[in-house]
Amino acid sequence: MSDHKAVNKPVRKKDAMALVTGKPVYCDDLAPKDCLIIKLLRSPHPHALIEEIDTSVAERVPGIEAIYTYKDVPDNRFTNAGQTYPEASPYDRLILENRVRYVGDPVAIVAGENEKAAEKALKLIKVKYKVLEPILDFRQAKDNDILIHPEDNWRSLCPVGADNKRNLCAHEVSENGDLEKAFSKCDAIVEETYHTQANQQAMMETFRAYATKDVYNRLTIVSATQVTFHVRRIVATALGIPKTDVRVIKPRIGGGFGAKQTAVMEVYPAFVTYMTGKNSKLVYTREETQTASSPRHEMEIKLKIGATKEGIIKALEMYTLSNTGAYGEHGPTTVGLSGHKALALYSRADAYRFVYDVVYSNVMAAGAYRGYGATQGMFAVESAIDELAHKLDMDPTKLREINITKEGDLMPAYYNETANSCALDRCMERVKKMIDWDSKYPAKDMGNGKIRSVGLALAMQGSCISNLDVGSVALKVNDDGFYSLMIGASDMGTGCDTILAQMAADCMCCDVDDIVVQGVDTDSSPYDSGSYASSTTYITGMAVVKTCAALTEKIKKYGALLMGCDEKDVDFNGKEVYRLSCDEKMSLKDIANSSMCNSSNALYASEGHASPISPPPFMAGAVEIEVDTETGKVELIDYKAVVDCGTVINPNLARVQTEGGIGQGIGMALYEDINYNEKGVTRSNSLMQYKIPTRQDICPVQVEFESSYEPTGPFGAKSIGEIVINTPPPAIANAVYNAVGVRIRELPITAEKVYKGIKDED
Amino acid sequence: MLRCNKYIFAESLEEAYELNQKKNNVIIGGNGWLRLRKRQWGTVIDISRLGLDKIEEDAEQFRIGAMVCLSDIEKHKGLNAYTHNALKESLKHIVGTQFRNCVTVGGSIYGRFGFSDVLSIFIVMDSYAELYKGGIVPMYEFAKMPYDRDILVSIIVKKKPLHIAYSSFRNQSTDFPVLTCAVAVGENKITTAIGARPSRADIRTDSTEALKDIEKYASDTAKSFDYQSNMRASAEYREHIAEVLIKRTLEKTEVPYGN
Amino acid sequence: MEIKLWINDKLITDNVEPDMPMLEFLREKGFYSVKRGCETSNCGLCTVWLEGKPVLSCTVPLMRADGKHITTLEGLQKEAAEFGAFLADEGADQCGFCNPGFIMNVLAMERDIDDPTDEEIKEYLSGNLCRCTGYTGQFRAVKKYLAHKRGVNKNE
Repeated sequence: MSDHKAVNKPVRKKDAMALVTGKPVYCDDLAPKDCLIIKLLRSPHPHALIEEIDTSVAERVPGIEAIYTYKDVPDNRFTNAGQTYPEASPYDRLILENRVRYVGDPVAIVAGENEKAAEKALKLIKVKYKVLEPILDFRQAKDNDILIHPEDNWRSLCPVGADNKRNLCAHEVSENGDLEKAFSKCDAIVEETYHTQANQQAMMETFRAYATKDVYNRLTIVSATQVTFHVRRIVATALGIPKTDVRVIKPRIGGGFGAKQTAVMEVYPAFVTYMTGKNSKLVYTREETQTASSPRHEMEIKLKIGATKEGIIKALEMYTLSNTGAYGEHGPTTVGLSGHKALALYSRADAYRFVYDVVYSNVMAAGAYRGYGATQGMFAVESAIDELAHKLDMDPTKLREINITKEGDLMPAYYNETANSCALDRCMERVKKMIDWDSKYPAKDMGNGKIRSVGLALAMQGSCISNLDVGSVALKVNDDGFYSLMIGASDMGTGCDTILAQMAADCMCCDVDDIVVQGVDTDSSPYDSGSYASSTTYITGMAVVKTCAALTEKIKKYGALLMGCDEKDVDFNGKEVYRLSCDEKMSLKDIANSSMCNSSNALYASEGHASPISPPPFMAGAVEIEVDTETGKVELIDYKAVVDCGTVINPNLARVQTEGGIGQGIGMALYEDINYNEKGVTRSNSLMQYKIPTRQDICPVQVEFESSYEPTGPFGAKSIGEIVINTPPPAIANAVYNAVGVRIRELPITAEKVYKGIKDED
Repeated sequence: MLRCNKYIFAESLEEAYELNQKKNNVIIGGNGWLRLRKRQWGTVIDISRLGLDKIEEDAEQFRIGAMVCLSDIEKHKGLNAYTHNALKESLKHIVGTQFRNCVTVGGSIYGRFGFSDVLSIFIVMDSYAELYKGGIVPMYEFAKMPYDRDILVSIIVKKKPLHIAYSSFRNQSTDFPVLTCAVAVGENKITTAIGARPSRADIRTDSTEALKDIEKYASDTAKSFDYQSNMRASAEYREHIAEVLIKRTLEKTEVPYGN
Repeated sequence: MEIKLWINDKLITDNVEPDMPMLEFLREKGFYSVKRGCETSNCGLCTVWLEGKPVLSCTVPLMRADGKHITTLEGLQKEAAEFGAFLADEGADQCGFCNPGFIMNVLAMERDIDDPTDEEIKEYLSGNLCRCTGYTGQFRAVKKYLAHKRGVNKNE
């Protein structure tokens, strides 16, 4: 892509120097000093009814402005899921309710002048609970006599197979081909159950938002969110007020990874400010962020895969049981990816069937976490492929080579889309070379009780939600010809503001510095469904391309007008509009300044984009590990990854995305697990008890790109944000098997599990 | 978060002791653990201005003031030489540099926490807790004493010749340990501490004769402790790891014993 | 309680609650680079220097800083920009929320250890969590920065 000046270049993030010098650009840095401080009283029981609640003593604490209970809030059910309306997630929440459904479910909202007063008041609220039997094991949830959402005004807006009278948040069956016949042709069949845990996104900035009333008495919410526009709808729906009355602004945010694709807590400051007319702020503690948030859906996946003795995969059958917890945010949608994405890696099979149930239980509600169900599915499928290869006595990369989806293939499990761009085969070939697979597979005994081995896994994801996501941007010409790019996508640190500016710079033939980017304000930004589903580069990027084309036409037309010639006689090279028939030309600077004097031509364009398809990025990851056979401890030696995200818009940012995703995947593979005790209380309530990798836990990671060209994407680009988390769990599990013959089908892969496996073998 | 009505810098140990007799008052070390207690204290007593932040070394012993932070121990040349860097090894997995710049050895030892790497290593040395009223108490006895209202003033380590090594087993590099193990071999005796079982470190002392069969020593010693399960590991696995760590830690001491 | 201390060499006197955490005090005084990421001393986001030593401002009681000097990233803008440029050139600034505490500790490490090995770098900085980068890009930035500083020092 040498003809690009900005695209495919390692451009520095536009906000980088502000961030590295510690400038006050985040939500809590910007909040007015006079905000009421909000604290939430939370349920100590996983399932209970509030019989009595007395706030009278607490209200007398000096500095307390207001205390609200379920008696004070509107009876409008809503979902906190940041999804396009009508949401697939059920409307199963109230701001506060007399029924609490997990340990940590809010019971009362306290707003006080300072934190101490609010904390004191919390302790003085008297609540009498009628404790109900909970469902803590999600395998027991479906059709249990205990109902988690028995309420009559529970609503599912979309046909997702939900039924609150069965604790079902979603159910679906999809299939292609004659499954029984396909299995009958198989010489080897693997049929196993895989279990992935709930994990916390653990972004460094906890959930937070503040609310104020603006000059027009409208509710303004400044929130650390990935879904700025959805927050407006969610808050308006929850409060039962017109959307006209709500404005949402996203400042810089300290990481999201999907956590902030749920409006976990925005409704509380919104409600307090709506009721009191005063500024209010809620900053979740890490404990709240760990115990009352939106972690990855725990899933149990039963998978059956069969192949002929030549290694031709004929059939795949998957049943996924997903645990959405107390509320259904992202429940009906994450589960789909476990099959539709993971099974589509092997699209050449004759038949597949994919069935799922998503169930309610009395643990914290799940949500969106990078990979969004695909991660869970990939762990199952990529583990099972290795198991199948071992049954066939075949190198697992050879089995993959034969069966993986290749460019041009139809992918029945992936909504019948065709892989227009797919370098998966090249990704695997290259990653094998990088890790030196052929000489290292399967393992080497180091002679000191340690065994070194390699493991490999493939992955795919999407580049948007097809037929649903919307990205739009606006671009205008300012004095002297610099541009303002207004976007509605929510940069959460990944650098989408910069990436979109890079695309605009190439389209407008200018420098990235000539483009200023304005972050998200629902009052002024063009609509964007938000930063999720890996969609920003692909969808919003395409909106940039279209908008630039439209603006270029306007610049040409106005230039022609100023030069008094036909608009067909001019072209634009970024610096000037010039005539094709003679040497006359006019600089962009003059055109821009003219447009601001006695002009009826606004040099402004705005276009949107949606896509009927979601072209998958592909990836291969390979790990080298060393297993201590005496303890079962897995040490990471090396990780190699090759990604096909189409054209790489910014190699530095794409690389860091990949390294970061692998880091999170390593945590998920080896120790991250939201652990509950028998009373439904989360033990993983801090960064002391829920360990994410430190820099000592990460081995060297080397990332390379094997680009395909996606014809429907901007500059040939696809996505990268999510796929990168998918390979470590199965790659490490496969490497453990290659080292010691122990198959770990339940994450995390702890030393204890590996040791037990070794011992049981003996 | 630390919550208190009063914060007082004690001007003498006597003053600190007097203040500390009230149940609702507390002495603050590095505030690493105290801040996690969800409790409103009356008076927090700060003894950081009493000169207890020094490590004194002479021919006989080290005297480590209670307010010495963990990183000062890590960097202390005399202690590292005496312990063959085992002390340093025992501290390096504790959260991070900044944390170890904050928290104190007095706080760690006084807490007698189950997960404590610090207690696990001091307890195998000829070390003592110097208490303001209670006098000088051997560390292994102090480890078993109930919490009282006395003040830990310093930790004394006698410079008896010994081979010492330390190991811990962790699921993640800076997590609480699944198990800790310290081994000290003196002239005639071997002392092994196993901590994070997950209960607090305790020791077994044997004659060095036992080292003639290291496998047996490791197995017998590991079996002699009690273990419990928690979310980091099961009791059964801990017992197994204890045996492995005892063997490996003994090897690290480079004592020329065994078969 | 009366307190007198220096923040970035500027003398500040105030009357504070006895249990005021240093972190909250610094933010109240407008030193917003200091971030809170946890309540258990695990994340390193709130790292500042107390008498030149990197500490967790969430942990050290504010009263212990009485009569002492605190340094925040606001007081090290030149150094922050110099190292930060290396971070930015890797794209490893990412969300930025861990950057101030991380940079405070990198600058402390540079002063504390001459020519640190890779292991020493990882160990020294292991109390600074980051969830965006997987640490790899940060590591590259640190290595390049240290090499750059060695070059600068040689030329001086």
